[in-house]
Amino acid sequence: MTVTTLNRRSFFQKLRSNTEEKPVERTDFFGNKIELFAPISSQELPLVPPPTTTIALVGGLEPYTGPWDYEQAAHLLRRTTFGLKKSDLETLMSLSMDEAVDKLLGINEPAYMEPAPPVYNYYNPIDNDGYEEVTVPANLPFYDGLPALALGETWVDRPYNNDAEGYRTESFRGWWLNLMLGQGISIRERMTLFWHNHFATQTESVFYGKVCYNHNQLLRGNALGNFKELTKLVTKDVMMLFYLNGYLNNKDAPDENYARELQELFTIGKDNPDHYTEEDVVQAARVLTGWTIDWNTYYTDIQSVFYTGAHDQGDKQFSAFYNNTIIQGGTDGETELDALLTMIFDKNEVSEYLCRKLYRWFVYYHIDATTEQNVIQPLAQIFRDNNYDILPVLETLLKSTHFFDAVNKGCYIKTPVDVVIGSMRSFNMDLPSNTMWDDFVIKYFLRNFLESMQMLPGDPPNVAGWQAYRQSPQFYRMWINSNTSRNRNFYIYAMFSGGLATSQTNIMQFDAIDFASQFSDPGNAVTLIDEVTKLLLPPPVSDTMKAFLKAILLSGAQNDSYWTVAWFSYADGGIDQQMWETVLKTRLNAMLGYLMTLPEFQLA
Amino acid sequence: MFGQLGAAANLSGKVMVFIELNGGNDGLNTLIPLDQYSNLFLHRGGILIPENKVLNLNGVDATGLHPSMTGLKEMYDDGLLSIVQNVGYPEQDYSHFRSMDIWQSGSDSSEYLDTGWMGRALESEYPAFPEGYPNPDNPDPLAIQVGGFQPLSFMGSSFPMGMVVPNNPSDFDNTYLNEYVEPAPATPYGDELEYIRLVYGKSQEYFDVIKNAVEAQPSNLSSLYPSGNELADQLRIVARLIGGGLTTPVYVVSIGRFDTHSEQVDSAAHEEGLHAELLGNVSSAIYAFQDDLRLMGKDDNVAGMTYSEFGRTIASNFSVGTDHGAAAPLFVFGKGVNPGIIGENAQIPQNLDQSADVPMAHDFRQVYASVLQDWFGLTNIQDILFHDFDILPIFKGSSPSEEFVNRNRFEVSNYPNPVRTSTTITFTSFSNANVVINLMDSQGRFIMKIVEGSYPTGVHRIRFDRSNLPSGTYLYQVRLNGIGVTKKMLVF
Repeated sequence: MTVTTLNRRSFFQKLRSNTEEKPVERTDFFGNKIELFAPISSQELPLVPPPTTTIALVGGLEPYTGPWDYEQAAHLLRRTTFGLKKSDLETLMSLSMDEAVDKLLGINEPAYMEPAPPVYNYYNPIDNDGYEEVTVPANLPFYDGLPALALGETWVDRPYNNDAEGYRTESFRGWWLNLMLGQGISIRERMTLFWHNHFATQTESVFYGKVCYNHNQLLRGNALGNFKELTKLVTKDVMMLFYLNGYLNNKDAPDENYARELQELFTIGKDNPDHYTEEDVVQAARVLTGWTIDWNTYYTDIQSVFYTGAHDQGDKQFSAFYNNTIIQGGTDGETELDALLTMIFDKNEVSEYLCRKLYRWFVYYHIDATTEQNVIQPLAQIFRDNNYDILPVLETLLKSTHFFDAVNKGCYIKTPVDVVIGSMRSFNMDLPSNTMWDDFVIKYFLRNFLESMQMLPGDPPNVAGWQAYRQSPQFYRMWINSNTSRNRNFYIYAMFSGGLATSQTNIMQFDAIDFASQFSDPGNAVTLIDEVTKLLLPPPVSDTMKAFLKAILLSGAQNDSYWTVAWFSYADGGIDQQMWETVLKTRLNAMLGYLMTLPEFQLA
Repeated sequence: MFGQLGAAANLSGKVMVFIELNGGNDGLNTLIPLDQYSNLFLHRGGILIPENKVLNLNGVDATGLHPSMTGLKEMYDDGLLSIVQNVGYPEQDYSHFRSMDIWQSGSDSSEYLDTGWMGRALESEYPAFPEGYPNPDNPDPLAIQVGGFQPLSFMGSSFPMGMVVPNNPSDFDNTYLNEYVEPAPATPYGDELEYIRLVYGKSQEYFDVIKNAVEAQPSNLSSLYPSGNELADQLRIVARLIGGGLTTPVYVVSIGRFDTHSEQVDSAAHEEGLHAELLGNVSSAIYAFQDDLRLMGKDDNVAGMTYSEFGRTIASNFSVGTDHGAAAPLFVFGKGVNPGIIGENAQIPQNLDQSADVPMAHDFRQVYASVLQDWFGLTNIQDILFHDFDILPIFKGSSPSEEFVNRNRFEVSNYPNPVRTSTTITFTSFSNANVVINLMDSQGRFIMKIVEGSYPTGVHRIRFDRSNLPSGTYLYQVRLNGIGVTKKMLVF
């Protein structure tokens, strides 16, 4: 297949049309997948105000001393990882609450190891599909003398190649989804996504795989580090310089884009009416002039750089909000940047704004006056006292009475990543695949499902991140509309029926029997339902609900023993095993498919 | 009336209501083969319905209904009921789960399908579903299960072709239509849950049409629905949806507890007990539903049928019950059916094993094929059922049924009547037929066999000599291929 020059729009169109044409795929489902997600009869959705019922919260930030049991451990995992994996739950329950939170935060754990980079997986040599990394392309600079790139080798140190960057970007995204799927007992991936939502950028806008990857690794590596340091690194990061036009910001033509978002979205916020001024935006932009892309490295190991010649060397005068601070002009960009960040981070608004965001990310979106006073303010103080180290804040919040308070359980509307990746984790799904190409295609299916639910990691709607974390008064409820609710259920149905198929034989789907096998006594319909609902639904799950789910499992049969007989007939592996497998699968799929398309399942 | 458009348009505007009897219905106590009564008494004396309690069906002597099924008896007598004898599948599995899957998927005994027979039928007519559905031409659900969950029978190749509506009318007031909607607690969890339910309800593709239909038919017209009858409650909802204008062609309702291993009957009165209650519920629910359809003017295009995953053993067990067996009869009702009994009573031998059961005489897929072809007007039966099956003459106008009906149609008369010394019984056979003519007293008690033999197509005359028969009223029954016609004969 010859690939002509692609821009980012045509790349996505092409990739989609490729997916549709693939004859080996289950085209009855996947060939039509894009259409399936086309808007359906869009109904006007009611704007429902946030909760008005005032619930008296018992707890503040004091350490939680109540029982440490399944319910608490499950709550902690649901909020800090994606989905709930039974083995993770068992690990945490074998620890104390303190130890469990420490483990999630990486305290007393082996030091963070950077994961291996994404690899060249976007070519299928059998069908000549995808994009083949050419060895010595005649028209590409910086390729001379490079060895050929083999499937499975990383592309991140390869020079820029316009034709490949779309594929590389998807390869990066798939790699990221893999890290979420394969995460251990660690908050790191959820925090990486937090920072991505916070310092939002879009791969579709930058369209350079390596840049997206480097940026993502920056967020991941510093996810549990120091917020001020992370802000500085992001300010100088190539992805952000591209995304918010910092690379164009120079003394002759200042660009205020980044200087504004740095204050409005990344640090100070607009929660308080008294905040930075327009003049502060102008002055901050002057401080940041000169930080740009080192064009000499653009095709190879692209770096940012400070060009003194592009820097505004005059003094920068800030408003009363910043105590009329003057940042002395000069030729040292680094020193001026540090001064700017020190000035900003001296404001209490930064810690308060961030703590509210963290609270909404991990606890609940509704922050009333009591929560502000008893949780946000003391948490912000801890943040400042620790010079913006993130860990002490998370540790205090996640070990607090407040976090484990009953009213804060189950009220978190799952993100699409929770639905897609979290469900796969609950089903203990391993990563694909037979081939590199299968892996690429499966990830592409997943990214399409995520996009259909309006959360594509790597491409939030804009620099402010996803609306679910900022759009007052709806917040989380922004995830649920007539399209996304339908698509959440499409995904579940698909994973129980056709699955994600790259070929007739390579199909990724929920294995309900394997899932059921992990419980204490899968032949016992009562305990099985009990354990399944505890894992997949937040409390409370009523006895009536369990009885109904059991009725589905028994497909109307009145005696539980029929389930027991079916299970053990299968487990004993006799000549009828295939028959019993079908019997079990049919009933488990029906029960689990029902459960996982319930409104209750959307909560964590 | 059914509109030009709508889901049902592809399926001849017809509606079929499937009534699942979950657990395995005891056919021999449902449709009682009176001509086998003495042997039945030997084997299932512990549960057998007293002969004099069995409901007689108009024009049928060798077969009667369970005494609690008065509604179905009346429907039979009114020409609204077709009974198919001894339906099952080859190589009966005897597992509830597997057997129900076989019935719902329409598979062979040794074949494992993850699609349903209705799902395949609907997908063959609406291949794009659910993409682009609902749409102006197809505004309504393709299949509805009332209560419970999506059955395997609805499953298409990727998605269920149907939906579930609540079986409690008050649940139709919810923002989210589901069989199971628990009140949300007054907590943040409850607040969010209410919101999600609200949007999910709005996003339920058929939320509006279902609600509109229920509102358009705010009550049932028939006053015959019994209370405390789960099946009647479900059929009430089906009637309102049909009355409210839904064009949905397929409905499924169900009633359970037919797995009567013990205490199937009241030991002191076999016509009472659990099974009597269940069959009574089935009968009275169907009877009221048919009345409702008639009052709404919808009875021309609606038919229904019962089915159960299997029958039960011939012999009763020591727990006053019966165990899993093979075939059992099923009922098809509505104005569209050919009234009558299709097939013969099973022969109950004098000696048999405790586990012996009624063998299959009709493959369940013959019934499906008949529904698909003669009711819904589909022609691609093989694509849906994967084999060719002989159509049964269940429905009026059943094209291949002509021959079958002829095979089973006959005219009987005797002359002279009253009889002084002898009389000639004349019957017409429209095909080769096994014929038995029995003489009975006025109470239907067997006296003697007049004739038994094989007769070709044509008119046959049998001479009967009075001999030393006392004067009085007698009955004689001509049974042709198992279907009997009984006539009265006066002897002076």
